[in-house]
Amino acid sequence: MAQITLSNLAHSYLAHPKDEGDFALKSMDHVWQDGGAYALLGSSGCGKTTLLNIISGLLRPSQGRVLFGDRDVTDAETTARNIAQVFQFPVVYDTMTVRENLAFPLKNRGMDPAYIQARVAQIAAMIGMEATLDRKARGLTADAKQKISLGRGMVRQDVNAILFDEPLTVIDPHMKWELRTQLKQLHRQFGHTMIYVTHDQTEALTFADKVVVMYDGRVVQMGTPEELFETPQHTFVGYFIGSPGMNLMDAKIDGTCAHLQGAQVPLGAAYGPITGRAQIGIRPEYITLTSGDGLPATIRRVEDVGRHRIVRADVAGQTINIIAPEGMAIGADMTHVRFSPDRINVYADDWRVTPAGAAT
Amino acid sequence: MDKTQNNKAWFLVIPVLVLVAFSAVLPLMTVVNYSVNDTFGDNQFFWAGLEWFEEMITSSRLHEALGRQIAFSAIILAIEVPLGIYIALNMPKSGVWASFCLVLMALPLLIPFNVVGTIWQIFGRVDIGLLGHTLAALGIDYNYTNDAVDAWVTVIVMDVWHWTSLVALLCYAGLQSIPQAYYQAARVDQASRWSVFRYIELPKMQGVLLIAVLLRFMDSFMIYTEPFVVTGGGPGNSTTFLSIDLVKMAIGQFDLGPAAAFSIMYFLVILLVSWVFYTVMTTLDKSEGK
Repeated sequence: MAQITLSNLAHSYLAHPKDEGDFALKSMDHVWQDGGAYALLGSSGCGKTTLLNIISGLLRPSQGRVLFGDRDVTDAETTARNIAQVFQFPVVYDTMTVRENLAFPLKNRGMDPAYIQARVAQIAAMIGMEATLDRKARGLTADAKQKISLGRGMVRQDVNAILFDEPLTVIDPHMKWELRTQLKQLHRQFGHTMIYVTHDQTEALTFADKVVVMYDGRVVQMGTPEELFETPQHTFVGYFIGSPGMNLMDAKIDGTCAHLQGAQVPLGAAYGPITGRAQIGIRPEYITLTSGDGLPATIRRVEDVGRHRIVRADVAGQTINIIAPEGMAIGADMTHVRFSPDRINVYADDWRVTPAGAAT
Repeated sequence: MDKTQNNKAWFLVIPVLVLVAFSAVLPLMTVVNYSVNDTFGDNQFFWAGLEWFEEMITSSRLHEALGRQIAFSAIILAIEVPLGIYIALNMPKSGVWASFCLVLMALPLLIPFNVVGTIWQIFGRVDIGLLGHTLAALGIDYNYTNDAVDAWVTVIVMDVWHWTSLVALLCYAGLQSIPQAYYQAARVDQASRWSVFRYIELPKMQGVLLIAVLLRFMDSFMIYTEPFVVTGGGPGNSTTFLSIDLVKMAIGQFDLGPAAAFSIMYFLVILLVSWVFYTVMTTLDKSEGK
């Protein structure tokens, strides 16, 4: 087990990248704590898998170093790094039995047969496949095959890290939840560093202590689920996390006040002068419908999603989402909305601006 | 829900039956006709019963040709299948060189059989052939026209040259269908090169290998043109395989009755061996799935 350091790391799939656009991964410096449960979250094609393959050593980065603890492993082979990886689609050895599949990584490392047997039994119990241990892996369902892949990833106890590349894509929703819980439990029990790639925010937020959000080849924020929710560092984090995502509105910022189109919104803090495109971001959860207080609004649509309702409304020339509690009556008198001032974040060219001082 | 029984659809099979009757069954029947009659030409037939079959089954000439045939097929399969797999494993997976290799591999397959024979017949000649002359210059006693071993070596090398590509190309296609994640997982699992071959590549190639072995077996068991052009079945009878012997008997000696009986048994042997091959390999496949 080791702390993973990415130093000045970048990767391009082209042999001679010319500008930043040619890089699948833009230059980054990060430290992944030993024993942490991380989720790499981002939309498809943002570089998550590239980053994962660089950590596991399947891919050599174009520039920068990868360190496990104090050891530089940039040029080390996958086997020398002693990591486990589970892929998006099930990889099983068809001609082997389930038992042989699970034992394979241990056997290749010359472990003691008695230990292998005990460990395989333990993992089989965890993935719920004790009954099928002596079956050939060939005829099994995709679900079962992926469980074997997961089991093979977790069978070694001494690994530096376990990497998961969207491992639950092919598993049915009920099993997904159960396996995720088991992974989490396993993490608590053994304290492996785990990195879990996904594009599903629920999966990321429930699995990880720290979520790493990637956008366009860059890590835009690394933080706890709470930090991502309350203070998204980048507008992408704002609208990618949350359902629906954060409302972003163009504004002119002047001290403790944001000027929208024909309206003013008080802010929870004071901001200095802003260069570039200025926006305010507020989560739908922090907007309240009122009958006279706040900004004038026109309600367009109300969707009931069960535990609350999502209201679409026009405010200051833009459409925004508001979350209204289930019991509240939404009548014709709801003509205004109020933003909670201290929940508003201010962005300049998509990056969050730190307040200059408290609200006066 | 009850199923409606309607067997009228069988009538739709009639056109195919007619076609097959004219293209395969009727010609085969004329052979059957020859095999149970004695004829001296002029369309005069005398009933011979199973006499020709009895004669052929006990004929040492046929036994020897069959022995040579089995030896030949076994040797070329033993060389071409592993060699084809080896070549497929070492071919580039993508890029310009992959296309180049594919074209290069496909070339021998495009050459007509008797041209292949002619190429090797000249290539191996001691007086003017590049191979034969070089070997002679190196002091190696090589002459496929009067040494049985040399003749066998020539015919086998020729077949390997001509047909290994087929096995290699089929295996290559099988290998190309393996997702990259399998190799990555194997690296993570610290699998040896042998394990990767044994547990990933070989199982994925199994289907195409079955086809490759079947095709090569059938073709080699029926081989005629190439050895006929190179050695003419000689020296002596040492490279006289079943087809060559059959043609000698039917056209050379005009023994139509025995030749017809021979043909039918030959056909049944190929059918039988192919069936056994196929059944064994597919049941092997199924039992592994359990």
